[in-house]
Amino acid sequence: MQTFDLNNDAVRDLNSYLHSNSDATVAVSNAGGKHAVAVGATTAHDISINGNVGYYCAGMNQNANVSVNGHAGPGLAENMMSGTVRVTGNASQYCAATAHGGLVVIEGDASSRCGISMKGVNIVVRGNVGHMSAFMAQKGVLVVCGDAGDALGDSIYEARLYVRGKVASTGADCIEKPMNAEHIAELEQLLLSAGIDDIKASEFTRYGSARKLYHFNIDNAGAY
Amino acid sequence: MCGIVGLYAKTQAVSDNLGTHVAAMLIQMGERGPDSAGAAFYADGPGKSKVTVQHEDSTVLDDVITKATSELAGATARSRGSHRVIESSLSGDETTRWVAEHFPDVRIMSSGERIEIYKEKGHPREFVDAYQLDDIKGSHALAHTRMATESAITTSHSHPFSTGLDLCLVHNGSLSNHNRLRTSLQKEGIEFQTDNDSEVAAGYLTWRLMQGDTLKQALTAALRDLDGFYTFAIGTRNGFAVLRDPIACKPAVLAETDDWVAMASEYRAIAQLPGADQARIWEPEPAQIYSWEAGQAA
Repeated sequence: MQTFDLNNDAVRDLNSYLHSNSDATVAVSNAGGKHAVAVGATTAHDISINGNVGYYCAGMNQNANVSVNGHAGPGLAENMMSGTVRVTGNASQYCAATAHGGLVVIEGDASSRCGISMKGVNIVVRGNVGHMSAFMAQKGVLVVCGDAGDALGDSIYEARLYVRGKVASTGADCIEKPMNAEHIAELEQLLLSAGIDDIKASEFTRYGSARKLYHFNIDNAGAY
Repeated sequence: MCGIVGLYAKTQAVSDNLGTHVAAMLIQMGERGPDSAGAAFYADGPGKSKVTVQHEDSTVLDDVITKATSELAGATARSRGSHRVIESSLSGDETTRWVAEHFPDVRIMSSGERIEIYKEKGHPREFVDAYQLDDIKGSHALAHTRMATESAITTSHSHPFSTGLDLCLVHNGSLSNHNRLRTSLQKEGIEFQTDNDSEVAAGYLTWRLMQGDTLKQALTAALRDLDGFYTFAIGTRNGFAVLRDPIACKPAVLAETDDWVAMASEYRAIAQLPGADQARIWEPEPAQIYSWEAGQAA
């Protein structure tokens, strides 16, 4: 196992190691809120990070399994392509923004703009998400076991949102939708992947696009 | 981008090392704001009031101190960088008026019974080195590193901005309606030293407080009247308050242990504090006022 103590080792050395090796087991200690920890991995590394991380942890991740024992700052797993990112604490703003694939699990709360412009990633949040979450979400699934803040799913495309608690408000073109068998099955699978076995899929409400905003409506032509 | 840090001591040990802790936090925020740095410290003084004055020319400051200590009742003076703290048995307002009358070119950085503001253009590390913050003790402090976006880089444009007796403001963000607001505040008698947008936020709070608002009322009104992005930290005689705009684009982290309450733009500043890895850490909600005062829980 390769170890990096960020009290002494540079983040750049950690990231260089990840970029020039394959499928390594890496333990990172004393994250200390540093930025860009474990960014740009492309192979199936198993990376465990102890401490709170700053901006952009696990950004652009491909294939690696990244776990943070602590909180994450803004931009966790931004533009992630695949792999898994798990945070035991909370995640700050725009977690998993623009992410294309893989699974992000937040065991605490995620703050504002969680999953903004998500493009295929699956996100499971054990706690609450803040305002403007899943803004312009295109593809993928956001699961919120707690409550969602204002303007959930504003201008949403084809992402699916499952919320167990209260939604402060839905954004433009985001509506409640029925939970069919396929949605229950999808949600059960995601909760299982996230390691959540004490919450039932039937307790969630599904939200998605009313599809009235992103298709051009000829009746509105005069407005342009 | 700018960096904000705040620290409120709950124990004597933290209070005794307030300057050292704030310096460590401030240096971490250097990358968020290399243009200028400043800090407001709160501590009891020997006299009734403290007025912090600043001038680039130390001979001018020597003249201020000589005259002040001979003419103002019970006046003593301390030096730190290009700043001097005049402590006397006069009120803060009386000393301020005296300085403005006799030395109109000297900048008054802060006035009150407990506050001292120090600020300077240049990198936070240079500020920490030049101002030797390590020996400063006190109950709480706010500090700021500035990345200038809206106006010039000078000491006057630096934060914290005084907003009245024992009050100050630091700001990360940018206000879009500051010109019109400045004009209307000037009509109400509020004076401004610069064209800086954050100074308008400070002036706005000064005005609301003069109208009789509590700090909470003034900040609630600010949510309505200030247009733009902001994370504010407001220093008061006995504590500090934090407010983010309703969109909350600008970052903020709060943390608390049995020994301290801390606020920062990023966790890495808080990570410098003893016991940070065991702290309760959370992100303040948008448009919600958080405040700590001596003798009052969060």
